[in-house]
Amino acid sequence: MTQQQALYKYCLRLGDNALVQSYRLSEWCSNGPILEEDLALTNFALDMTGRAQALLTYAGKIDGNNKTDDDLAYRRGEREFYNILMHELPYGDFANTIARLFYSATFEYLFFSGLMNSTDETLAAIAAKSIKEVKYHMAHATDWVLRLGDGTEESHRRMQNGISENWMFTGEMFEMDEVETLLAGVSVVVSEIKAKWLSQVSKVMAEATLTLPTDTYMQTGGRNGIHTEYLGHILSEMQYLQRAYPTATW
Amino acid sequence: MEKTDTVLEEMLKNFEEKINRGDAIEPKDKMPDGYRKHLIRQMSQHAHSEVIGMQPEGNWITRAPSLRAKQILLAKIQDEGGHGLYLYSAAETLGISRSELINQLHTGKAKYSNIFNYPTLNWADIGAIGWLVDGAAIVNQVSLQRTSYGPYSRAMVRICKEESFHQRQGYEIMAKMMAGTKEQQEMAQDAMNRWWWPSLMMFGPHDGDSPHTGDAFKWKIKRHSNDELRHKFIDKTVQQAEVIGLTIPDKDLKWNEAKGHYDHGAINWDEFYRTINGNGPCNRQRLAHHIKVHNEGAWVREAAEAYRAKKEKAIFNN
Repeated sequence: MTQQQALYKYCLRLGDNALVQSYRLSEWCSNGPILEEDLALTNFALDMTGRAQALLTYAGKIDGNNKTDDDLAYRRGEREFYNILMHELPYGDFANTIARLFYSATFEYLFFSGLMNSTDETLAAIAAKSIKEVKYHMAHATDWVLRLGDGTEESHRRMQNGISENWMFTGEMFEMDEVETLLAGVSVVVSEIKAKWLSQVSKVMAEATLTLPTDTYMQTGGRNGIHTEYLGHILSEMQYLQRAYPTATW
Repeated sequence: MEKTDTVLEEMLKNFEEKINRGDAIEPKDKMPDGYRKHLIRQMSQHAHSEVIGMQPEGNWITRAPSLRAKQILLAKIQDEGGHGLYLYSAAETLGISRSELINQLHTGKAKYSNIFNYPTLNWADIGAIGWLVDGAAIVNQVSLQRTSYGPYSRAMVRICKEESFHQRQGYEIMAKMMAGTKEQQEMAQDAMNRWWWPSLMMFGPHDGDSPHTGDAFKWKIKRHSNDELRHKFIDKTVQQAEVIGLTIPDKDLKWNEAKGHYDHGAINWDEFYRTINGNGPCNRQRLAHHIKVHNEGAWVREAAEAYRAKKEKAIFNN
């Protein structure tokens, strides 16, 4: 793998995380428990679509084959998507969505804080913009974890369930491979932010009267294109018009 | 009894003088019951329309054909939800709560715009909603910026700014598709054919058949008649359609030199009344969805309330 190939894959992984996460959040349109949450969750989806666009545009430039952001979003198959698995799982109930957003936004806050110092100027600039949005996603998710965890018996049960069910998909956020190694200085050393993440998550769990699972098994695969059965359905829906009318521009 | 009558008459006189001077009526001002009821009905219908309208548009978010299109659509739907929020808040200044308003929607006492009882079947429908439906709404809303109730009029000023962006993005979708492949052009014309007549119906029955018009004019809630506004919409839209090569599906449409506007063919009022009375393509679906989601979200709202109460208690105990 060359450095250029590594950078291309790094951008695809980050772009796909944003794209697939935004897809699931956007499904909350007209489905939120209260109008304000419809707006909040789809607003986060909007932030993430913007981030995906910036990252995929950059990936297209690195690749050098004149691929646009839309070519990369709408014309790749399942095995060429590199998002982590957690983002593609069905959104479930509100507590499940919040659990996932809480895990990932807490991670992304630490991650983009690090990426702001990347030696790659484009990535540093994207990180600087993203951090403002992610700070808000994290605050919003944390507030809801507290409310639901320490709300009613039912909300506590559902929130605990969301926290437990998604746990085995959090390990993927901290994986590193050849891509990161080749991009020393450009990429974030995620293994180094794991302790901070765990400490922040545990703090919120305690305040929310919730328990963090202790299982050690972590599901992996997405970063290398081995996905759950759900991604294929996302792509069939998302890519439908581009695939059905390949010569059209929209 | 006589004294009460005199007080009421005096109140009505002051109120009508205020209206005639062109002053805005504010929440704490005295107002006749009829005025309050008319506003609650109209503003809640408007708020519910914004919210129910998120369903047909939301139907295409996951299938938006480019990242740019997806962002625009997400932003637009968010605006609509936001309009719903501040219209609910404006209606609350009249002494009714949001949960009562939602309950009225669910029991059928309150309505939403009939246009959202039609389905969005291809991507051009998203263009048609922005261009035609929001375009028709703007004509109405521009007129409402000068409506007599202060909170409603101020909400309209803000809403109009955002709606004009919606109309432009809708027209852009249509223009792009008309400049595209044969299939895209067919989708655009198909959307035009399905949305044109329901858009004209948005202005309500012809002036002679409009049931709520009388007091609304006297109290300056309404400033222009249904037919006036409908003509305004047709006149500005016909040319826009021609520019991008879309055909208006009305063989009787022609320019009337003497009147200075377009004459249009007969509107199918049977369809209009049938649909507003519950038998349109999506009436049951839209309402059932809203009720289902509202009920499913009850545990979240209860949890938020329980958490707030716990925190409040903690503050008092300290």
